[in-house]
Amino acid sequence: MQPSLSPDFSFLQKAEAAGPFNAAECFQCRKCTNGCPASFEMDLFPDQVIRLAILGQKEEVLRSRTIWICASCETCSTRCPNGVRIAELMDYFKEMSIRTGVSPAQPHVASLHQTFLGNVRLTGRVFEGGLLPAWWLKSGQLGSKIRSGGIRNEMKMALKLFRKGRLATTPKTIKGKAEVGAILRSS
Amino acid sequence: MKVTYYPGCSLEGTARDYADSIEGVCESFGIELQEIPDWNCCGSTAAHSINHTASIDLPGRNLKLAGQLNNADLLVPCPLCFNRLKAAAHELQEGNGHGFQTKLPPDLPKIWDLANFFATGEMLQKLSSGLKKPLEGLKLVSYYGCMSSRPPKVTGADDFENPQSLDKIVKALGGQPIDWPYKTDCCGASLMISRTDMGFKMVGKILEMARRVGAQGVVVSCQMCQSNLDMYQERIEAETGKFFGLPIMYFTELIGLACGLPGAPNWLSRHFVDPIPLLRKNRLI
Repeated sequence: MQPSLSPDFSFLQKAEAAGPFNAAECFQCRKCTNGCPASFEMDLFPDQVIRLAILGQKEEVLRSRTIWICASCETCSTRCPNGVRIAELMDYFKEMSIRTGVSPAQPHVASLHQTFLGNVRLTGRVFEGGLLPAWWLKSGQLGSKIRSGGIRNEMKMALKLFRKGRLATTPKTIKGKAEVGAILRSS
Repeated sequence: MKVTYYPGCSLEGTARDYADSIEGVCESFGIELQEIPDWNCCGSTAAHSINHTASIDLPGRNLKLAGQLNNADLLVPCPLCFNRLKAAAHELQEGNGHGFQTKLPPDLPKIWDLANFFATGEMLQKLSSGLKKPLEGLKLVSYYGCMSSRPPKVTGADDFENPQSLDKIVKALGGQPIDWPYKTDCCGASLMISRTDMGFKMVGKILEMARRVGAQGVVVSCQMCQSNLDMYQERIEAETGKFFGLPIMYFTELIGLACGLPGAPNWLSRHFVDPIPLLRKNRLI
């Protein structure tokens, strides 16, 4: 029996309205995939994500590891002969998966982004010293880091940074933090 | 010469060494850095990954504030901040501006990636004529990473597959730039934190190639690349059983060293892989 698939073109139409990402221009040359430095950890290759997006396979795309593994290095978008903004489309899918409550296939990657923005919202700038501990807590890694001893590596690095005068110990709050908070809330 | 300056968050913390070297070098070349008043975080990878609107409005606020200073140039040392400021300017000027809070002032300063600013003909000439201790015999690969080049529609780079700014600077300082294929390969950026295993593989590949082409050190302009290649190098060596021993130095530190600025040895002493033995061997310190 032939496998069947019912395309849903509204998925891409909606994405293109938010973009445009020019995904429909893709002619599957795989230049994106061949140049991708992170493809070794992907479950779908970038060209497959584009193809599935064109066919409206929302679940497969949003539940993929690939959208979170993408490091946004922009090699694919730069080299695409048809001007498909592949890396930007990956970002669009990341945001969509968060907004529609799809649990990310790489939860630690997603929670690091969320922790980062929460950190910026508090003071207007990132306070590096607070970022990692907050993320360990948010992502539930603190316990396992302590049990596995992995925390020792982190502490060693932090201490070394501190000794070299490279670890800020207090956050810097800007005057416009409410403005920054409004940008992060309203969007 | 007065310029507007956007240091970005990490230059207040883990990249304090980079910040100090930039301030020292600019002072010695008569470049007065005026920080954007009350600047905020550009949103970084986090915003453009999961909050597109904020990824434009956060840097947009900085561009708006930059309009309060009357300078023609805006210098940005962090390539990701540079990229996000350029992306915001691009989106707000070329796009329909729909859905964003930011209203940009009509005249924006020219947004510079710091390495490109120092690689103009005029600046290279100044570097050459300020030389006190040429970096003779120092074999260096330039590692540019992603964000000062890509995507070229946003960054405006025309040599995005084979950038030259750092190579030109090394050459002007009397060093020996080595051509190599991984100039713009990705270091993994924040994946080094959230997927350390991936970060190790991506950085390991870059360090291995630098070694293979005979580099004694790596010159960088990105503090994210610097920390990924430097802070984790020893752990990657332990995990892979390969030895790299490659100091990862900012181009501004090398300018300071070659131009005999008093702060330079101190800036260079704040990395994880210590560059001092190599510089001693080459009689530069």
